[in-house]
Amino acid sequence: MSDARSDIFARIREALKVKAPKPHLKGDGAAGKTSTVAKPWLPDGGETAEDSLTILAEQLAKLKAVLIRVPDHASAAKAVAELSASKNWKKVAYHGHDLLRPVVAALTCETWEADTSFDKQRLEGCDAGITTCESIVAQLGSILVSSASSGGRALSILPHVHVVVAESSQIVPDLGAALALAKARHGDQMPSMLSFITGPSRTGDIERILVLGAHGPKELYLILIG
Amino acid sequence: MSDSKAIFLKDATVNAADGDQRAFINKALGGYYTNRDLQKARYRDWERARDAASMAKWSAVNDLANVLEKFVGNFERNGGVVHWARDAEEARTIILKIAEDVKAKAIVKSKCMTTEEIHLNDALEKAGYGVVESDLGEFIQQLRGEAPYHFVFPCMHVKREAISALFTKHLGTAPTDSPEELTMIARRHLRQLYIDADIGITGANFLVAETGQISITENEGNARLTAALPRIHIALSGIEKVVNHLDDLSVLLPMLATAGAGQPMTCYNTLYSGPRKKGECDGPEEFHLVLMDNARTRILADPEQRDSLHCIRCGACLNVCPIFKNIGGLAYGTTYQGPIGSVITPHLRGLKQWNHLSGASSLCGACTDACPVRIDLHHHLLHNRRNAAKQSPTLFDLAFHHGFTFVIKRPWLFALGGRIFRATLPLLQKLPLPYMGAWMKTRDLPKAPAQSFRDQWKNQNV
Repeated sequence: MSDARSDIFARIREALKVKAPKPHLKGDGAAGKTSTVAKPWLPDGGETAEDSLTILAEQLAKLKAVLIRVPDHASAAKAVAELSASKNWKKVAYHGHDLLRPVVAALTCETWEADTSFDKQRLEGCDAGITTCESIVAQLGSILVSSASSGGRALSILPHVHVVVAESSQIVPDLGAALALAKARHGDQMPSMLSFITGPSRTGDIERILVLGAHGPKELYLILIG
Repeated sequence: MSDSKAIFLKDATVNAADGDQRAFINKALGGYYTNRDLQKARYRDWERARDAASMAKWSAVNDLANVLEKFVGNFERNGGVVHWARDAEEARTIILKIAEDVKAKAIVKSKCMTTEEIHLNDALEKAGYGVVESDLGEFIQQLRGEAPYHFVFPCMHVKREAISALFTKHLGTAPTDSPEELTMIARRHLRQLYIDADIGITGANFLVAETGQISITENEGNARLTAALPRIHIALSGIEKVVNHLDDLSVLLPMLATAGAGQPMTCYNTLYSGPRKKGECDGPEEFHLVLMDNARTRILADPEQRDSLHCIRCGACLNVCPIFKNIGGLAYGTTYQGPIGSVITPHLRGLKQWNHLSGASSLCGACTDACPVRIDLHHHLLHNRRNAAKQSPTLFDLAFHHGFTFVIKRPWLFALGGRIFRATLPLLQKLPLPYMGAWMKTRDLPKAPAQSFRDQWKNQNV
């Protein structure tokens, strides 16, 4: 008996001997190409940095994510400390990153650098997880995190609140730009997880009524520096 | 009549008569229409975006051997293990074997229609594993012991009172009529299960050949947790999910969200390339991907319907289908409901037993119009009807076809037939006509004209 792999490939090759027509297209079909093709038909991500920031702020508001703009690193630390105090966080886990260490240093509650060990139970007991990100997509309000930028896979999903600290230079206009940037940065050594986060976790499974915090974070904060 | 058809007719009739349930479904979909239109309006040209999405899938599906080979090479380079399954049974055997090898006890699953297709939960439970569905809708359906009602919104037909009672019965929680509180009950219940599970099973929405990554789309975060906490990650995917370029996702991900759920982007769109890498602090030790054919190559071999493999399972065609809205998802008796289900189920399970689904359509074309990857859905329903009539014609099909062919080839007979038909039309009105009962119940035959078209043509003086 031949193995399943060769059988399946034989079936595919046999099936594709007959060609199928192309779909009925409305435009010129400049599709399925590579990232060099601009996509002026998708939602707008803004032409200038200023446009992009405006679109991003609108998208985040609709998604019920909270955008906090601060002028510098010191005020980012202050903003997170205020958030922690107002929400009465007891334990906070964070990604060990130069951007985050001064932020965490300003917190008065218990803090833990989650990258140092894989302790699911401890992480579940944390009120908030603080991470950096790879990039921010203005077009859709998505934040791209990775296992490299966010202290692994669990830190950005298991704690009840997710705080992202980022610089405004990390904003890219659209999804294509974010994917191209990830490819350029990591090449064939991609982090084992790349995740576009678009607002706090949500579900509409009960009567199609929106509820935030289905399994992931109920609250998402983006602290944007500059 | 096939059993599946008899059951379908019975269930469809009962559901279509349930005005209360129909109103409930229509109300649930009302919010979707509003949000979908708002999001579609943000596209600078939705039709061009559909072109791009359909071409991205077309070019991968029509070069499937090469694209799949490239994907598998890159996936394995990233440290994942690929398994091949010709059919559902092989897929189940592979997954059971992995579970046995790693001495698993508890398994947590995120939503995956391909696992529904192969009835994986039954197989795992029979083998003694505890399996929990973590998607809220799937979790509710699992407790109800019922198949998903809609492949994107699995429990959209269940009212909150019923969910509250279900949770009280199985989880011992206090009754509540708040969707928020019900969601939190499931959240609290499932958290520890993710942490304790040995294996996390997910599906895959896209397989990216260029990078060897799999892409998973979800709103709740349950798939993220399923692929982060257990020590083994198994993903099950059909072979047709592959796309050429990472950049294809810049079109497909937003369109999947907008067409399927009226969102700009689904909450979590995650790309996985292998198990925990050196230097990473968490993630599974092993990452297995089961690539399954299960009749997909049969669809591939039909160039006319090959584009049904472009489907990204957004569910848009269900949401706009007048049949789905009236008979509900369960009446189909299939893994995939609605127009796409009616098109592909005959390929997956046999045309003879399942062609009746292609008859359950008004051919209004709303599905084709809604499809973000331009699958010619309503024409495929016609193709299935034609193929079924060719493959195993009923006596009526044969008699009608041969009779019609005989008459239309003989103009004198056609004219005579018309004359007889016009003369007897008032009489026919009163007869119980075979095959016409349902139609005639609410309609009268039109009055016969005094002259036939041919006579009118002959007598006109132009």
